[in-house]
Amino acid sequence: MIQFINTLLIGITAGSIYSLMAIAIVLVWRSTRVINFAQAGMALLSTYFGYEAMVHLNSFWIALPVAMAGGAAVAAFIELVFMRFLLKRSAHGAISGVAPIIATLGLLGVIRALTSSIWGGQDVRIVGPVSNVGYSIGANTLAFSPLKLLILVTVIVLVLLLSLLFQKSSIGLSLRASAFSPEIARLSGIRVDAVRTLGWSLAGASGAVAGMFQTVNGNGSFSPDSIEFSLLLVSGFIAAVIGGLDSLIGAVIGGLVLGLVISFVLMYISSSLFFIAPFVILLIVLFLRPQGIIGAKAARRA
Amino acid sequence: MSLEVSQLTIHHGAICAVNDVSFTVKQGELVAVIGSNGAGKTTLLRTLSGLNKATRGSATWKGHNLLHSKPELIVRHGVSHVSEGKAVIPELTVNENLELGAIWRKNKKESVASKSEITSIFPRLGERLNQRADTLSGGERQMLAIGRALMSKPEILLLDEPSLGLAPLVVEQIFQTIRDLTTSMGLTVVLVEQNAMGALKIADSGVVLNLGKVAVSGSATSLIADPQVRAAYLGY
Amino acid sequence: MHRLKSSNNLIYFFVFGFILFLASNRVDELRVYQGASIAVFVIAIASIILLTGYSGQVSLGHGALLAIGAYSAAVARNEFNVPVVVCFFIAVLSSALGGVLLGAAAARLTGPYLAGVTLALAIGLPSLANQFPILGGEQGLIFDVGFPPLSLGEEFTQYKWFFWISSLAALISMWLLSNILGSRYGRNWRAGRSNEVAAQLAGINTGRSKILAFTISAGVAGLAGALLSMTIGTVSPSAFPLALSFSLLTGAVLSGVTTLSGVMIGAVTLVAIPEIADVIANRIGASERITTNLPGLMVSTLLIITVLFVPHGPVEQHRSRKAKKLVQKKN
Ligand SMILES: Nc1ncnc2c1ncn2[C@@H]1O[C@H](COP(=O)(O)OP(=O)(O)O)[C@@H](O)[C@H]1O
Ligand SMILES: [Mg+2]
Repeated sequence: MIQFINTLLIGITAGSIYSLMAIAIVLVWRSTRVINFAQAGMALLSTYFGYEAMVHLNSFWIALPVAMAGGAAVAAFIELVFMRFLLKRSAHGAISGVAPIIATLGLLGVIRALTSSIWGGQDVRIVGPVSNVGYSIGANTLAFSPLKLLILVTVIVLVLLLSLLFQKSSIGLSLRASAFSPEIARLSGIRVDAVRTLGWSLAGASGAVAGMFQTVNGNGSFSPDSIEFSLLLVSGFIAAVIGGLDSLIGAVIGGLVLGLVISFVLMYISSSLFFIAPFVILLIVLFLRPQGIIGAKAARRA
Repeated sequence: MSLEVSQLTIHHGAICAVNDVSFTVKQGELVAVIGSNGAGKTTLLRTLSGLNKATRGSATWKGHNLLHSKPELIVRHGVSHVSEGKAVIPELTVNENLELGAIWRKNKKESVASKSEITSIFPRLGERLNQRADTLSGGERQMLAIGRALMSKPEILLLDEPSLGLAPLVVEQIFQTIRDLTTSMGLTVVLVEQNAMGALKIADSGVVLNLGKVAVSGSATSLIADPQVRAAYLGY
Repeated sequence: MHRLKSSNNLIYFFVFGFILFLASNRVDELRVYQGASIAVFVIAIASIILLTGYSGQVSLGHGALLAIGAYSAAVARNEFNVPVVVCFFIAVLSSALGGVLLGAAAARLTGPYLAGVTLALAIGLPSLANQFPILGGEQGLIFDVGFPPLSLGEEFTQYKWFFWISSLAALISMWLLSNILGSRYGRNWRAGRSNEVAAQLAGINTGRSKILAFTISAGVAGLAGALLSMTIGTVSPSAFPLALSFSLLTGAVLSGVTTLSGVMIGAVTLVAIPEIADVIANRIGASERITTNLPGLMVSTLLIITVLFVPHGPVEQHRSRKAKKLVQKKN
């Protein structure tokens, strides 16, 4: 029983981090119709910003916003100087469909190589603000620590803030209108280009939080080659697809589903299925519900 | 103080969709642009609102050059475009679609006033403010599209085939509303239509486009009386 | 017309191969080894070009298909003592089988979804090796094709033997691929790529055509995988990292994904970049960190530049420029 509860708790915490990553993927997809495979690289870079802030200011609560701001700035920069140009150039031609995908992969490589040249290949540490030792009830230790609680609460708060922004503010209305119909948005006076940049920077900030939490939720150390970031790369995408790619709520649900499934597979089937489990889940989802759990039909079919 | 289109030529790649078109729309006037499918009406209208690029010629509204500007800026000069095919965002609610039109306006009090004005023109929208736009009927969607454009507090309204795909009774209702808007709010309207008779009946004057060129233009009554126009576009 | 061109290219390729062969007698062992790597990359990149450039499907996970080929060849060799040549055939067949499955999934998916699925596969599949003892876990398996036959002489080194085997394999696969691409299948793929609906109206079963493309591409990739592990000597999960899949894709983009004829460009670049990076790093006296990351940075930057400025690859670019000039001359 305690094992079951622990598996559940581990899954939910990991899943909440995947949700943030999935939200980042969804935000970019909605604003520019590009799957940003560089998102995990951007999260890595942001986590290094957070690490620098930790080194100099020694506070996780300063490091987190620093990472978010850094992530947002990097994302905005990439959208402004790179994606805009790319999408204009590759709008036509034989590989117009693949060019953005390949380009974001190229970005991923560039970011990885740059971070590795700047900070080196060795692990560096970020210490979480609270203990990661599990609470104990009676003789049992839960796999749920103050840190995990904090992560969960922060993710919930961020998601609530984000959905408030999207549903209740006029910026949110601009973001949604530009995503669903750029032309009507422009005719309504929305500067769609600027809104796209904003969408990317929100994604960058969201991915930054995912990177910071993924690191402290693990053993606290990370490097450009960390497995954690490969996992973020894949799980963010898969969670976003499970949720239907166009929906923020879907991304949250997708992240949780993915976190739980991975957690249970690892505990009850085999720990060497760590990387193959997400793939199998992805295939199952795509075959059973190609439109995602939430999301428009025929979105990804030819 | 008017819309001046002069020697306007527009290409889609190699296709010349609009060829050397000139006309003037005076303030407060309702002008119908009619022509059969593929005549270049949509292309013309999209260029006036900045969505398409012109090859040659000029187009100004109250002295503002419309040809080298972006749609999001042109709307700030009082030019509102309702594009072809019930231009609403189905994923958003009726209320959000309306708010969209006023999103660039600084004065929020005025926007609220505009909204109550619009819901009094289209009571059915007022009753459905919190429904998603894709639950509306075709006629209601067209009303919403026009309502959204009115939320931008336009001085000139560019309407692209508002009658498309609607039942005759609804068409009549929409045309009547367009006429009322022009008269009561002092709006200037460019009404693009294939439904030539319906459009000319409410219009002050008309421009007939054929294969991208102006075939005839003149007052609405003179066009209705023109035997050639009658034969080609009015069907009798 | 197309067939003619591809056979022309084949002649170039043979000539090039022969020069390489002559060269292999004159240059040092390292170069011979690099020659073998180039041949392996040529095969792997060609398999991606067929898939992406001709049938319009993207795969970020070709490394996984290479892994299938490599593992099945090694298992066949180690467990059943199968002759080496047959091992390579087994590699092709088992990867092709994987390709059928993946292709069936892929035929239902468009661009970004397919990219994500293959990406997840590339990360997931190699780790499966830990699940089955027969695959040797992290350590991997030995894949030994044996010494070169004595009849080739005492001087004939192991690396030269690798070079011969992979070059021969590369020549054969290029010949087969250019024939397939010039055939009805190749035309169907291109028709489906440029306009799926139109192709269907013309009576092409685009779904089946896509699966076929995936199958052939996977089979070729499997051969490349077996050859790759031959040159390394072992098969292990770490030989097929995500980075391999990305480099192969980069190689394909550098070669120009819409034509097979540039395939050498990508392969040579991939093998040459680490060395060029080394030279540059030495020249500017870069720190160790930069030295180790320079190749990755160069590959990725090249990828981005190519996508932005020569999206159809240098060969196509050259061709269209020549065609333009010709038109100008005529006028
Ligand atoms: N996006 C486009 N690309 C190419 N040609 C177009 C495009 N839009 C319209 N056309 C062509 O331009 C001409 C005018 O079209 P349009 O302005 O839509 O006419 P109308 O609205 O009067 O039916 C037609 O020949 C049409 O085929
Ligand atoms: Mg039209």
